[in-house]
Amino acid sequence: MEIVRSHRQIAAAAAGGGGGDGGGRAGGLPTYRLAPQLEVRLEEFELFAIDRLGVLKGIADGLSRGKRPEEMEKLVNELWKARMRRQDPAETLNKDIISHFVLRLVYCRTEELRKWFLSMETTLFRYRFRLESHESQRMLMSEFQLPYKALPHLEFEAVKDKLSQVARSIGQSATVESVFFKVPFEEVPDLVASRRVFLSKGYAYVAMSQVVSLVVTQFRCNISKALVLTNRKWMATIKEEEKDRLTPIVEALSNAYFGPDYSQPKDAVEISLKDIDQLARTSFPLCMRHMLEKLRENHHLKHGGRMQFGLFLKGAGLKLEDALAFWRAEFSQKVGSERFDKEYAYSIRHNYGKEGKRTDYTPYSCQKIISATPGVGDHHGCPYRHFGEENLRAALNKMGVSGHPLEEIMDKVKNRHYQLACTLTFEAAHGVSCDTGINHPNQYFSESQNMLKAKNQAVQSQPTT
Amino acid sequence: MGSISKRPPPAVPHGFNADYLRIYYGKLFPHVDFFKWLSYGNDGKHPGCDQSYVGRREFSFTLENDIYLRFQSFDSVAEMENSIKEKCPFKIDIGPPAKRHAYAQSGNNVFVPVERELIFDIDISDYDDVRYCCSGADVCKDCWPLMTIAIKILDASLRGMLFCNDFGFNHILWAYSGRRGVHCWVCDSRARKLNNEQRAAIADYFRVYKGGENTMKKVSLTGPVLHPLLARSYTDVLKCFFEDKLLLSQQLFASEERYRKILDLIPDENIASELHDKWQGNRRSSISKEDVNATRWEQLKTTLQSGKQKAQGLRRCVEEIVFSYTYPRLDMEVSKHMNHLLKAPFCIHPKTGRVCVPIDPNNCDDFDPTTVPTLSQLLGELNADGLHSNSENDWERTSLEKPIRFFRTAFLQPMLKACKEELESAYNAKLQQSKNSLACYAVVLAIPDS
Repeated sequence: MEIVRSHRQIAAAAAGGGGGDGGGRAGGLPTYRLAPQLEVRLEEFELFAIDRLGVLKGIADGLSRGKRPEEMEKLVNELWKARMRRQDPAETLNKDIISHFVLRLVYCRTEELRKWFLSMETTLFRYRFRLESHESQRMLMSEFQLPYKALPHLEFEAVKDKLSQVARSIGQSATVESVFFKVPFEEVPDLVASRRVFLSKGYAYVAMSQVVSLVVTQFRCNISKALVLTNRKWMATIKEEEKDRLTPIVEALSNAYFGPDYSQPKDAVEISLKDIDQLARTSFPLCMRHMLEKLRENHHLKHGGRMQFGLFLKGAGLKLEDALAFWRAEFSQKVGSERFDKEYAYSIRHNYGKEGKRTDYTPYSCQKIISATPGVGDHHGCPYRHFGEENLRAALNKMGVSGHPLEEIMDKVKNRHYQLACTLTFEAAHGVSCDTGINHPNQYFSESQNMLKAKNQAVQSQPTT
Repeated sequence: MGSISKRPPPAVPHGFNADYLRIYYGKLFPHVDFFKWLSYGNDGKHPGCDQSYVGRREFSFTLENDIYLRFQSFDSVAEMENSIKEKCPFKIDIGPPAKRHAYAQSGNNVFVPVERELIFDIDISDYDDVRYCCSGADVCKDCWPLMTIAIKILDASLRGMLFCNDFGFNHILWAYSGRRGVHCWVCDSRARKLNNEQRAAIADYFRVYKGGENTMKKVSLTGPVLHPLLARSYTDVLKCFFEDKLLLSQQLFASEERYRKILDLIPDENIASELHDKWQGNRRSSISKEDVNATRWEQLKTTLQSGKQKAQGLRRCVEEIVFSYTYPRLDMEVSKHMNHLLKAPFCIHPKTGRVCVPIDPNNCDDFDPTTVPTLSQLLGELNADGLHSNSENDWERTSLEKPIRFFRTAFLQPMLKACKEELESAYNAKLQQSKNSLACYAVVLAIPDS
C-alpha cells in the first residue's frame, strides 16, 4: 500500500471486481490476505482508520455488555452502515481494505494491542459473514481453501439422532439440517466450548449454519500470523523510515482509543496503607469494596481476586512496600507470615514488575473484569454481572443505595448494561452525574477522588468568602 | 499388597523428612519409566527421533526450605536421576517443553511452550459447599467418590471407547495428587499439540458449574434436551451416584439448613416454601422407617415433575440439583494454558506422606486415598526384607509394585508404541517428500541440520 500526500485518489485495483488487490473476497467481504497495491491519501489513511476503530470499539462495548449473538449481529450491521458504508460499493470495499491495513499497523506493536485487534476484527468478520448469502459463504469457504466435504448420507444417518439431540439442546428445532461437515474438533473451538456440536472420536459435526466457525478460525489464524509479521516489519523498517509521516499518526491512533491504562498512577497520587478503608468507603467501585470486605473477613483472597484487587490498588497509587504490608497483614492471620512471604509475596512483587519477566502489569479494565469467570470460592469479577440479584441488592444497600436509584440500577443489570449500572451507582453514591461513564475501576476511583477534593475545597473556601 | 500386608513391617517413625525422601529417590522412585514417558519416544535410535526434545522440558523442584528451582532441564535419564538424588526435592513439578522466546532480552528467562500435555486438576476442596463430612484439604470415604465420578465422566469423554467417545484420546494418565484431589494427563500427540484456545474450549466443554461465591444458582441447564455429554453423564453416572450414595452419605436433607440449600435452587418460590413447610412440620418421628433423605428427595422430585408443572424450567430443576451437587468441578486455569506446572506422579505429598500414585480409571471405584502407600510405610517394607538391599528392583518388594506396574503396562507401553509408530510414519513421510521434491526439481537439496 502506497501512502501519498496527493489529493488524487488512485484506488482502482481495489475497486475493480477481480484480483490484483489480493485482498481476496467473495461478495462484499474481503479476507485481507495481501496488502492492496494502491495509493491512499494521508488524510484518508487516518480518517478511514478512525471510522473502523469506531466500529471495533462499538463491538468491544457490545461484547462487554454480554450481548447475545442476534443482538451482536444487529449491532455490527448498524455500526458498519453508519461508519463504513459509502454510496459506491466499490468505495466501501476500498475503505474497508485500507482501514483494515492501517489498523494492522497501529495494532501490531504490542501483544496487548494485537490481542484486542485480533479479537475485534474476528468478531466483525464473524457477523459480517453471517449476513452474507449462502452462495457467497460457500465462495468464502473455498477461498479459505477449507478441504471439507459434506457428510455422506450413510454416515449422516448413523449419527442423525445425536445431531438432532444437539440441535434441540441449543434450542433449535429437532429437524436436522441436511448438510454437515465432519472436521477435527480443533478447528471449531468456539462450538466445542459452548457444546453446540456433536463430538465423536475427535471429530466435530458442524452444520451448514455453523460453518462461520470454521471460516472464522481460519480468518483468525491468518490475521494473527500477519500481525506478527507486520510487527517485525514495523520494528525493522517502517517505524524509522516513516518517523516523520506515518509513525506519529499510528501512535496517536492507538493512544486516542485506548485512553490511559492506569498502570502508573498519575504523578503525585499516592495512597497510604492507613487510608485504604476510608478510601474504600468513599471512592472504591463495588467490585473492589466487596473484595476488600472479603479480604478483611476471611484474611484471604484467591488468585483471581488478588490480581484484580491488587492491580487496582497499584493503579490507585499503593506503593510496593505498602502493598506487601497490606497483604501480609491480612494473609498472615490465616496462613502465617512465613507462608505469606514464601507463597504470596512473590506474586505481589511480580505484579509490580519486580519478578519473572518483569512486566509492569496493567490494572484490569471493566471489560476484562466483566468477562471473567469466577469459580468456587472466588470473589472477583463484576458484581453487576456475577452476583445473584439478592446479593447485589444487599451489597448496594450496604453502600447506601436504595429506593428509586437502586431499581434503576437493577434494571440496567437486567438488560446487561453492567457498566451503566456501575455508572448509576457512582452517581447515586456521589450525588452528581457522571457523563463519561465508567470503563475502568481506577477511573471510578480517580473521578470520585477528584470530585471529593473539589467538594472539600468548596467547603473550605466558603467561610473566607 | 499381598504377602506384605500379612506381616506388619517394622515400624519406621511416622512422617516425612529429607532422609526418608533420599532413600525413596535412591531406591524406589521410577526414574527410568518417568523419563521414558516424558521423552515420548525421542530417546531412541531411530533417525526420526528429536534428540533435543526431552532437554527442552521444564522441571521445577521445590526444596526442603521452600526454595523454588525453576527451569531445570535434563538431557538424559542419568542426568535427571542424579539431580533428583542430589537435590532431594520435596516436590517435583512438570512444565511444558519450551524454547527460549526469540525476542527474549538477555538475562531474562522468557520461555515459550512448544507443546504440552492436556492436563486437568480437580480438588475436593472445591466441593466444600456440598460435603458435610470434611472441609478444606481433608477427605474421607464419604466424599472421595465425588472425585471418582469426576474421573469417570472425564475419562469417558476424553478416551476412545465404543459408545461414549467425544475426543478420541488414548493415552491418559490419572494420578492421585497426594492429598485432596486428582490430576489427569492426556498425552496423545494430538493433545500435546493443542493451542491455548483449543485447551480452553475443551475445559469449557466440560464446564457446567459456574459462578463465584455470590450467586445462588451455579448450574443452569437450558434447552429442551441436554447435550449428549450431559445426558450421558446424568443417566450413566450422576443420577445413580446422587440417589444411591451422596444423598445418604452427606445426609443432604437431614437438617433444615441442608435442605434449605437445595430448595434455594428451585426457581418457583411457592413450591420451595410448600416443601419447606411440609418438612418442617413432620419431624423425623413420622417417617422413621424410610430414610429421611430418600423420602424428601422423592417428594421433591414428585412435586417438580408432576403433571401440574408445565414449565420446563421446573422439570429441569431436578437435573440441575443433581448436577450442582455431583458434576465435576475443574480448576479451569490449569487446563487452559500450556505453561501451567503440575505436580509429577510418584512424588510424595509432604503433608500426608502419600505417594502420588496412578489411578486406574476402569477400577476407580476401588481407589481409596486413605490406603495409598506412605513414605514411612514404603521404607518399613524395604527394611522388612533387609537381605536384598541394594538390588535393582527394590520397588518390587514394596506396595509401590502395583502402581509402578500399572503405570508401565496400562499407560507407558501402549503410549510408547504409538509414539514409535508416529515417529516412523512422520519420518517416512518426510523421506518421501524429499524424494519427491528431488524428483520434481531434479536439484540437489542441502540436507538440513548437517
